[in-house]
Amino acid sequence: MRPFDYVRATDAAGASNAAQAANAAFIAGGTNLLDLMKLEVMAPEKLVDISRMGLDQVEEQGRDLRIGATVTNSDLAADLRVRARWPVLSRALLAGASGQLRNKATTGGNLLQRTRCPYFYDTDTPCNKRQPGEGCSALGGETRNHAILGTSAECIALHPSDMAVALRALDARVEVRVPDGAVTEHELGDFHRQPGDRPDRETVLNQGDLITSVLLPAPAGDRQVYRKVRDRASYAFALVSVAAVLRVEEGRIAHAAIGFGGLGTVPWRDPSVDELLTGERPTTALFDKAADLLLQGAETHGGDDFKPPLARRVLRAVLEEATA
Amino acid sequence: MQTTLSINGTEHRLDLDTRVTLLDALRDHLGLCGSKKGCDHGQCGACTVLVGGRRINACLTLAVMHDGDEITTVEGLAEGADGGLSPLQRAFITHDGFQCGYCTPGQLCSATGMLGELAEGWPSHASADLDGNYELSQEELSERMSGNICRCSCYPGINAAIRDAAGAEGRK
Repeated sequence: MRPFDYVRATDAAGASNAAQAANAAFIAGGTNLLDLMKLEVMAPEKLVDISRMGLDQVEEQGRDLRIGATVTNSDLAADLRVRARWPVLSRALLAGASGQLRNKATTGGNLLQRTRCPYFYDTDTPCNKRQPGEGCSALGGETRNHAILGTSAECIALHPSDMAVALRALDARVEVRVPDGAVTEHELGDFHRQPGDRPDRETVLNQGDLITSVLLPAPAGDRQVYRKVRDRASYAFALVSVAAVLRVEEGRIAHAAIGFGGLGTVPWRDPSVDELLTGERPTTALFDKAADLLLQGAETHGGDDFKPPLARRVLRAVLEEATA
Repeated sequence: MQTTLSINGTEHRLDLDTRVTLLDALRDHLGLCGSKKGCDHGQCGACTVLVGGRRINACLTLAVMHDGDEITTVEGLAEGADGGLSPLQRAFITHDGFQCGYCTPGQLCSATGMLGELAEGWPSHASADLDGNYELSQEELSERMSGNICRCSCYPGINAAIRDAAGAEGRK
């Protein structure tokens, strides 16, 4: 690990100020950042600890929920309000990582976690995400755990989060404090950036911008399902996952919001899929058409050729369960 | 950097490089070598300790981030003035829950934390519903302990020991 300065922030203003140095990074749980620092994939010169700033509360605001950025994945999954009204979020959180990691990993940190592309981790191989312009070793390499949606000629790295997939289906927003003190909100769908020609820029955040909360609106559907398919029964990243939030009225789908993991360079949601389903009676033919729409732009790379048919089957199974 | 760690009820004042992980502080600076370094990347669970009663991977956190925290390592699990083993530790011996023993401190700390989570009604991926009433079935146990790897594959003994200590019935 490269040497770094460590500062413990006590409030948001102090944290932002301390993090304006060119190569400073916030740290909360640290489960991903420290792993990457050990490998020198990331080498911040200053760490600003935001874990003791009181951002660890879950609060009701009317029918909405405000989740502090440093609420741990464990606490959020176990929160009685989340379990009762946003169960797809509990399920997605519980499908990720291990008990030890969930006790440390935070809500904001989960959104900012980096890809597990093995070439991103291996500093002996070229990687456009680590060093733009260097080349992509995944293209032509081992691609079992790569993205098939939202990719570019420069990068096919997968966004690994389970939590964020459920948050997309729940229309979550991300509250960000910028260094001048202003607070802005981003739809989660606008928060992550697809790689394009700058795979190193993964979100809309600028240096010193601090995630303070994730905002969950009242759920638009009471039928919530998260299903994750992976290489082993526990403690593995998704090959494909689907989060569905549906409302069914008089035999028709009145609301549909479907998030996808294991497929995209960002936590994925396709408005055309949601629109296709909305207002329709649930049938296998409808679910297949939804899969057609989802996958029409998919690009596979050999090792991930199994993903389109697997995504089709998982989507169908989730929609059958959610509309049963 | 000056850091005070409260470990197994004893305060330790340390002057540490910011890079020192909690695991390295325990092993290399305090001589508490019960917590083991397996993968050093949060994948094997051998380094598991309890911070404020919660299990975490000591290899993936910085010692300086735990200034003032209450930390319990495997050396602190034994209860009573005579240092008698905890029921969980005794159950590991009864059920032969180890072979080489390298993962055992992590298994013990993890299981201690896990049983606390269960008592608090935390759900898991294996839970059929989210209502908060969970028995430690084999499916629940396997899921909740998936962050601890045993390369000797002593899982039958580990499982039996944890379920014995939890008071669970010996269902298969």
